[in-house]
Amino acid sequence: MSGTRRHGGEDMSRTLAEKVWDEHVVRSTEGEPDLLYIDLHLVHEVTSPQAFDGLRLAGRKVRRPDLTVATEDHNVPTVDWDKPIKDPVSRTQVETLRRNTEEFGVRLHPLGDLDQGIVHIIGPQLGLTQPGMTIVCGDSHTSTHGAFGALAFGIGTSEVEHVLATQTLPQARPKTMAVTVTGELPKGVTAKDLVLTLIAHTGTGGGQGYVVEYRGPAIEALSMEARMTVCNMSIEWGAKAGMIAPDETTFTYLRGRPEAPKGADWDAAVAHWKTLVTDDDAEFDAEIELDARAMTPFVTWGTNPGHGVPLGGSVPDPESFEEERDRVSARKALEYMGLRAGTPMREIAVDTVFVGSCTNGRIEDLRAAAEVVRGRKVAEGTRMLVVPGSARVRLQAEEEGLDVVFKEAGAEWRGAGCSMCLGMNPDQLAPQERSASTSNRNFEGRQGKGGRTHLVSVPVAAATAIRGTLSSPADLETI
Amino acid sequence: MQPFSTHTGIGVPLRRSNVDTDQIIPAVYLKRVTRTGFEDGLFAAWRNDPTFVLNQRPYDAGTVLVAGPDFGTGSSREHAVWALQNYGFRVVLSPRFGDIFRGNAGKAGLLAGQVDDKVVLRLWDLLESEPGTTITVDLDDRTIRAGDGPNAVEDSFDIDDYTRWRLLEGLDDISLTLAHETDISTFESRRPRWKPVTL
Repeated sequence: MSGTRRHGGEDMSRTLAEKVWDEHVVRSTEGEPDLLYIDLHLVHEVTSPQAFDGLRLAGRKVRRPDLTVATEDHNVPTVDWDKPIKDPVSRTQVETLRRNTEEFGVRLHPLGDLDQGIVHIIGPQLGLTQPGMTIVCGDSHTSTHGAFGALAFGIGTSEVEHVLATQTLPQARPKTMAVTVTGELPKGVTAKDLVLTLIAHTGTGGGQGYVVEYRGPAIEALSMEARMTVCNMSIEWGAKAGMIAPDETTFTYLRGRPEAPKGADWDAAVAHWKTLVTDDDAEFDAEIELDARAMTPFVTWGTNPGHGVPLGGSVPDPESFEEERDRVSARKALEYMGLRAGTPMREIAVDTVFVGSCTNGRIEDLRAAAEVVRGRKVAEGTRMLVVPGSARVRLQAEEEGLDVVFKEAGAEWRGAGCSMCLGMNPDQLAPQERSASTSNRNFEGRQGKGGRTHLVSVPVAAATAIRGTLSSPADLETI
Repeated sequence: MQPFSTHTGIGVPLRRSNVDTDQIIPAVYLKRVTRTGFEDGLFAAWRNDPTFVLNQRPYDAGTVLVAGPDFGTGSSREHAVWALQNYGFRVVLSPRFGDIFRGNAGKAGLLAGQVDDKVVLRLWDLLESEPGTTITVDLDDRTIRAGDGPNAVEDSFDIDDYTRWRLLEGLDDISLTLAHETDISTFESRRPRWKPVTL
């Protein structure tokens, strides 16, 4: 961390991240972290109860309830979600959030509310996520909001309490990195494949200490929702945050959203947002360049998101890794995953397909999945769960008839929440059960104790559900 | 927060890299609304294995965890820090920590000391060949000492100056920040009107 680096003046060349950072420094002193103002604090039931408790113990209040919004996502059931939560411990956690938000005057979108959903889906959907903001949440996938050119990062519960009490956070100025993706993604290759390819390239610690800016033609060509998928997984290679400079795609997405600026405020906002680009001669502390044209559908074989190979590849041989540490890690991963080196990825049979999460639970994701399964049937012995990221995504999908497409294919159509991404609710894998999942983490036990996760894109997930083995939509045409 | 200056305790060799916070404490254990009682979820999947290091004496009484690189990556759950503390750990040593984990540790009073790869390898060998060996961690001069004789390990660890100072003094971050309340109010008065509010 280069905590003492300072910029001379406003006219110095700066990166996007530095511009947003500088706009939010409340106080800066040599030898101390900067005190950073937080524009939006997103709250959910899992990482907040101890923070509200801390406020109560110290007799403090929430400084800016008007910059805070809460929802219920991690614990909530995706079936019978209109009935009381069965698991008493989950129910207590959700009820605690309801009591806390009521007591401290924080806006809450509870289960059953039209704007309930995964915290990183509802922020953008409401238009609360805007370029140039600082956004935090007690959740590591807060990096999602960086897709709008916001500086957004996950924090722990002590920091949640700090933001509730002060609307600021002491933060050491991070280093900056550019990830430039040149060329154009080939047909059938998605933002998810792009980011999985990147993580396999850098490893899980490659971004540590950096705020990353994704740029280049392949990034600019992505829709807002696809940009969110890329930024969402920044944390999976260790980055503090991921950002994409706001442009017309961003403005078009935001215009007219409930909490987006209106009238003259909109014009003033856009004029400012247009300045939020990295200056031509600004320097990054590190740079990576990737060619989109070389990318293919990408899937993971192991137990961290860096353990990835092209779908056309095979399970790697642990002995092929250069470092002893990587060999040990790969051996343990193959044992856990129940896989043999050399097995073609396409031959791996999958029990459960999960489409959803803050990575891939938006309307475009559901449309892409529906397109693949339309008129087809989920393979015998395979179950497919489709979990919309928010109540509004669910309603939109139902309006478009996507729910019918999924149900006719034999998939389960569920209510909104984090669901099987982390299995805090009843949506879990059984021991040794294998999934193809559009979520973000294939850690041991992530989706249920002993469960085996392959991270995949939405089209790969949907095609896998139809064939029963890891597949891409192109494989379906040959049946 | 309780001040931290030096600590001496049994070292626990965790011969693993990439220990993400889902391994430290799986999600199903995160449902409590208190800061205590998370020790039963610590390394829950591995604790079922009788050969796991924390199921062996005298490591089960350890207070200084020595882990491979990329410890505490992934989920932001501070419960991972609480689980380690609730179990009895005061210090974790690793060549590299997940950013959020390291931040959480500093806030909650668990010392996360960054040591060289080679130091971890030497500590693992020492702690495995002489179970029960204690490690002394001195935050004042940022050093660790373990064992006697030819296998003894004496080295330094890294921790940023600000976190070190706060741990040594046992300071509460929120009080420190609220001392600058005027700066915060001044900043707020300049907030552009087009920025969103939730109420």
